[in-house]
Amino acid sequence: MSDEPLQPRDWSWHPASDFPAYRSTRLRAPRQPLIAIPEALRDTGGPAFGHDLIAETDADLIINSATAGESAIGERILIHGHLLDEAARPIPDALIEVWQANASGRYRHKRDGYQAALDPNFSGCGRCMTDSDGRYSFRTIRPGPYPWPNGGNDWRPAHIHFSIFGHQFAQRLITQMYFEGDPHIAICPILNAIADPRAVSQLVARLDMAHAVPMDLQAYRFDMVLRGPAATYFENRPEGA
Amino acid sequence: MAYDPARTTAPAATNLPEPIKETPSQTAGPFIHVGIMCATAGITPPFGTDLTTNRDLPAGEKITIEGRILDGEGAVATEAVIESWQADRAGSFARGIWRRAASDLETGIFRIETVKPGTAPDTGLAPHIALWIVARGLNNGLLTQLYFAEDDLTSDPILALVPEARRPTLIASGRDGTYCFDVHLQGPHETVFFDT
Ligand SMILES: [Fe+3]
Repeated sequence: MSDEPLQPRDWSWHPASDFPAYRSTRLRAPRQPLIAIPEALRDTGGPAFGHDLIAETDADLIINSATAGESAIGERILIHGHLLDEAARPIPDALIEVWQANASGRYRHKRDGYQAALDPNFSGCGRCMTDSDGRYSFRTIRPGPYPWPNGGNDWRPAHIHFSIFGHQFAQRLITQMYFEGDPHIAICPILNAIADPRAVSQLVARLDMAHAVPMDLQAYRFDMVLRGPAATYFENRPEGA
Repeated sequence: MAYDPARTTAPAATNLPEPIKETPSQTAGPFIHVGIMCATAGITPPFGTDLTTNRDLPAGEKITIEGRILDGEGAVATEAVIESWQADRAGSFARGIWRRAASDLETGIFRIETVKPGTAPDTGLAPHIALWIVARGLNNGLLTQLYFAEDDLTSDPILALVPEARRPTLIASGRDGTYCFDVHLQGPHETVFFDT
């Protein structure tokens, strides 16, 4: 529904905006508190994207930028899961865009000067739409961890960036997915701006042997949740609405 | 752990907590263009359609919003991405208009080409455009609203929630259809950011 009331964000579940260990927040995190717009005055709706705009190969990062017959270097993986709202309802027809470094930890971006090699068969961009059950999947290679300028010896855990559209602009979210077992997770200042370890755990994809394709792809499951309906609205909604 | 053949086919447990919670935000980082505006990153697009630029603009008074994202020392962000959401010229959000723009990698100037929004007569809200900003150093996307200097803003119920001294940070003046809207992340002119 593109106009149903949404419950307020629980900011304690999100990363602190000002987190000194992540140095870029120092001059960028706003100092004044957010001003809450009452639900009745909130703008509803959001952009819709048609399935016809997206090709199946858009979600296959292993080959979408590769020369015909070749493929990206790295551990071949499937990332899949459900997109739900906070009432655990699947969100169908939602646009998900992803970007990531290659297997050596280098982005194909004119600004990335890391000395690790580029892969001529990998760009690191992908996108897909959730299906009618709110399911999505990407084929890609596992990105490498990479060092970044934060004043010290800082390395990002292997991660994939996710940009997610719900059906309302107020659900808009950008996040990152991490990999179960990565020892960089515990020492990443960006991830540790999240105070609650259960919220950190929510960003960690789980190895999913049941969805691995033998002799082909390892699989990881990563479910995502966007803001959902205000509890009172959801409980009192008319039957079938 | 002993070898257990059942574990080689076991489905993963969900990563979601119980009770279910919104997925935590993480910064877009400096390389967001790779995913959402890959030509800006220097990538030959592997996609057939460009979701950022393929949207038709509905009828209305064409305007451009031009601005920069500035940090607490006045440095200009050159890797921010700004998305806008607004009503059409009649004030309808069912036919709302979405735009996406990147700060220029050299100058930091972003440019949004759109039409001037209207407002539904019964809301009392002045015409406005919501702007959502993501960048390196922003752990959470920031939401602000642009208002137009030439409109009557005296009875807008959202501006009424903003201390008077901070309201000018939300009001853009136009010249020949171009409205300047610099966003100050910190400092004496810190832009007002909203929670919706
Ligand atoms: Fe990254």
